[in-house]
Amino acid sequence: MKEKDVYAELSSIRDLMERSSKFISLSGLSGILAGIYALIGAAVGYWLISKFSAGEAGISYSTEPFLFWQLFIIALAVLSFSIFTACWFTMKNARAKNENVWNPVSRRLLSSIAVPLITGGLFILIMLAKGNYSLIASACLIFYGLALVSGSHYTFSDVRWLGIFEILLGLIALALPVYGLVIWAIGFGLLNILYGSIMHFKYDQ
Amino acid sequence: MKISLEQFDKAFENRIRLQVMSVLSVNDSYDFNALKDLLKVTDGNLASHLKALEKEEYINVSKSFIGRKPNTQYSATKQGRDAFRKHLQALESLIKQQK
Repeated sequence: MKEKDVYAELSSIRDLMERSSKFISLSGLSGILAGIYALIGAAVGYWLISKFSAGEAGISYSTEPFLFWQLFIIALAVLSFSIFTACWFTMKNARAKNENVWNPVSRRLLSSIAVPLITGGLFILIMLAKGNYSLIASACLIFYGLALVSGSHYTFSDVRWLGIFEILLGLIALALPVYGLVIWAIGFGLLNILYGSIMHFKYDQ
Repeated sequence: MKISLEQFDKAFENRIRLQVMSVLSVNDSYDFNALKDLLKVTDGNLASHLKALEKEEYINVSKSFIGRKPNTQYSATKQGRDAFRKHLQALESLIKQQK
């Protein structure tokens, strides 16, 4: 065994440990696009709310079912476009790296983010049904952040920090519900774009 | 320069066996097909090396069914983890010696 063989052996071991326990086909671009969708959604939502409340004082989404459904559909559209984009880029990335998308690591990643995400989704739907709107923005941020932190064990460790920042923003939104929409836009829009760009330049080559 | 192989585990002389142990050392368990995909080896080749590791009692095998498909999960034993760690240490000390 030659010296360079030992190096090659060690680096191939390290590479396999990494590849078998972390899902690295996530693309930074999907984060950037999800951030852009969130910003567009927040802008449209803000415009709708200010248009409604401009006429008479005291009108808000809690008293206006039509406005409520419009906002709900915008939120749903942002969510589904983001999920679709993430899946599309991940599959494209995995194909380029000649990896199977459906492997033990991606299954573990999905099941670890599913618990906080589904809990959060149900939490928010129940709050909406009860007409309690003030906590929605912070609940979105907190549960999204928890999902990222718990998923970060199975992918790039940078994701953990993104999750922690989202949770912090969620707590701030909880303390200052008046700025809910603005903080939501910062968390889902700006932070996703920032992190997506960092991940893109760091890993997508 | 030639390096003596005395301090290395004979079970890990084969590259595929060493790769299997690398994967199992960082994962609780891994199934046969996923290992095959990851290492890009044939069924027969992988099966024979897994058999060898099983004989050394370096890995555990648990067979079950998911629906009608057989599913075989492999995990590293304590013995296997220790042997793998020693092997890595031997490789690393070798590099240090030569510096």
